[in-house]
Amino acid sequence: MDFSLSEEQSMLADSVAKFIDADYDFESRQQFASDKNGYSEAMWRTFAELGWTAVPFSEPDGGLDGGPIELMLMMEQFGRGLVVEPYLANIVLAGGTLRRNANDAQRTKWLQPLIEGELQSSLAFAEPQSRFEITDVATSARKDGDGYLLNGNKSFVLHGENAGMIVIPARTSGNQRDEHGITLFTMPGDADGLTRRGYATVDGLRAAELSLDNVRLPADCVLGEEGEGFPTLSSVIDEATLAVAAEAMGIMQKMHDKTVEYTKSRVQFGVPISSFQALQHRMVDTLMLCEQSRSLLYWCVMLVNAGDPQARKAISALKYQVGTAGIKVAQEAVQLHGGMGVTWDLDIAHYFKRMTAIDLMFGNADHHLDRFISTAA
Amino acid sequence: MNIDLTTEELAFRDEVRQFLAEKYPEEIRRKRLDGIPLEKDDMVLWQKVLNERGWFAVNWPVEYGGTGWTPIQKYLFAIELAEVNAPPIVAFGVKMVAPIIYTFGSAEQKQRFLPDILASNVWWCQGYSEPGSGSDLASLSMRADRRGDHYVVNGTKTWTTLGQYADWIFCLVRTSSDVARRQEGISFLLIDMKTPGVSVKPIITIEGGHEVNEVHFDDVSVPVDNLVGEEGKGWTYGKVLLQHERTNIAGVANSQYRLSRLKEKSAQSVHGGEPLINDRNFARKIAALEIELKALEYTELRTLASVAVGNAPGPESSYLKIRGTEVQQSLDALMMEAAGYFALPYIPSQYGLDFPVADRIGSGSETSTSLRYFNNRKASIYGGSNEIQKNIIAKHVLGL
Repeated sequence: MDFSLSEEQSMLADSVAKFIDADYDFESRQQFASDKNGYSEAMWRTFAELGWTAVPFSEPDGGLDGGPIELMLMMEQFGRGLVVEPYLANIVLAGGTLRRNANDAQRTKWLQPLIEGELQSSLAFAEPQSRFEITDVATSARKDGDGYLLNGNKSFVLHGENAGMIVIPARTSGNQRDEHGITLFTMPGDADGLTRRGYATVDGLRAAELSLDNVRLPADCVLGEEGEGFPTLSSVIDEATLAVAAEAMGIMQKMHDKTVEYTKSRVQFGVPISSFQALQHRMVDTLMLCEQSRSLLYWCVMLVNAGDPQARKAISALKYQVGTAGIKVAQEAVQLHGGMGVTWDLDIAHYFKRMTAIDLMFGNADHHLDRFISTAA
Repeated sequence: MNIDLTTEELAFRDEVRQFLAEKYPEEIRRKRLDGIPLEKDDMVLWQKVLNERGWFAVNWPVEYGGTGWTPIQKYLFAIELAEVNAPPIVAFGVKMVAPIIYTFGSAEQKQRFLPDILASNVWWCQGYSEPGSGSDLASLSMRADRRGDHYVVNGTKTWTTLGQYADWIFCLVRTSSDVARRQEGISFLLIDMKTPGVSVKPIITIEGGHEVNEVHFDDVSVPVDNLVGEEGKGWTYGKVLLQHERTNIAGVANSQYRLSRLKEKSAQSVHGGEPLINDRNFARKIAALEIELKALEYTELRTLASVAVGNAPGPESSYLKIRGTEVQQSLDALMMEAAGYFALPYIPSQYGLDFPVADRIGSGSETSTSLRYFNNRKASIYGGSNEIQKNIIAKHVLGL
């Protein structure tokens, strides 16, 4: 039992933290978010130069062999900085799928440029009717000569509008909610028959609704085995759930810390409002929520790292925790900032909105509480 | 970061398991299972068994008879004890007064008191709270006036847990009112309960049990030799060691045991023709509590890990106390729900060894659930109420 980080892990966490402090202040973040793609392409190139886009990939792929602990460390800092660059969509979701399933040719074509920061990609894990069930895939892929014809709709594809490639789960067999029969495809962003409607999301990111109308993909677009895409999809989404939970940890901690500082400086009735016991106890509560969440995060990441059979259950426990505790911390932070907390200009409002989005991502607190119950230990 | 136990830790755990399998007294096991309250002799017996193995004064320095265990070993030990539902150690001697004696006491005091605490020959109780001094403990008014080589003690201590069994009491007393800060007039005094003028009056708690007492002191003469450390420093001694007394403060191991009992119970209870555990609403309550408890376990482990690398234990222990007692009380409440109507019969005599099993209402354990539920509302009040703990965190952790 050891909670300490290796030297390399500490260095990674420190370097991301220092970068966020020095080069990613809130004003810059707002500017990046207002770019047409919803993030700064220059910043993304910097991420690649710093090696961050290579962290979770293997050395033979040109990566740095990072695992869940490294992912957690980076995502927590990204949460603290409210980073809008598409690390989740591109590296964790699309990259995670490619890392697990791509053959040599697909690695050369997609994974290499992705690691080098040249390719933006995403994973279409939701459909209009699916809510949080990733097995609910109505999009169909029908054999057509030596390729496939894809038809259907995908919802909430993160950064899907400008993605050069989108991984599409489509059904090649089975019923709409079966695990078996889901096939993963690499679909170029400019495929014929694809319509993309991009939109901003409340948390400052961008997503897209996709409509696939007889999109024709050659057989070499299949990632892994036909009909066997679910285990990969499930594993990638679990990893992404851990990633957003770590991001949420960074957000919660930041909101709590900022709130404590704010109440020490805000004077009303002639005294700092931090002197009021009613407020003190609420901040003690948010501190404890942060500490309890961090404990579950470490427990969970250690289980995932060890490949423990409990890991999946632990991910649900963690996501439930950040969904409930994170939202509570965020709402308290807004409340204790008073009127300023509900203004667009203050970063607190934007942390709150991102926290709100994270609760919904990959299943909200209720969804994961039920999954926790139904998953065997 | 690594979740695995080391080979040495695994071997240690096996050693503890083997010890418990061989030495945990069968009569205590049976009483605990049936919800029969333990008597003084039971508790002393169990503590003596532990001490024979050298595992009673877990936290003491080795030179006085402690174990020298790592924090993880102490944690594993607590888990294994809870697994067999072993009774909690009576804290007042071994965990509360002893550390004050070996840290601040004279050589003569160590020689005189520590061996009997280690052997459970002498039962101690605690004299901190007074009728007029609860959360505001520093306002205490029990006086110890110096008369030559004696103090004359007058006043009342209250909430004295298991004081009816006690041979000695350790007290915070006021030795001076003429000080700049009222804390500076407080001293730490050891008093023999058999001294003339000491009287114990029971306080019956909400569930009907006799656990706490009021202790009156009427011109009680106490030798100056029984003063620990310096006069006027008692408050500091008490406070420092409160923070160091961390092991098992959250009661994680015991709550884990009770959670598994709750799951068993709710698998047996029927609701709407099905086991209660299949009720989604109830299952969600249990799951949420299980997650909270897992978080608490790792909060405690993180704290232990931090102490192990040399960081001083600090006021963070306050949130272990808050969350730990909240979890315990949530478990109590869910146990009540699982028991249904059988939580309501009030038949204290059915928790006696001689009560015929056939005459019990319910299986027996359900109705003891309500005794525990009502009694344990104390948990968020004692040891510095949870609100006081929040004040401590606000001041010392958040700097508010």
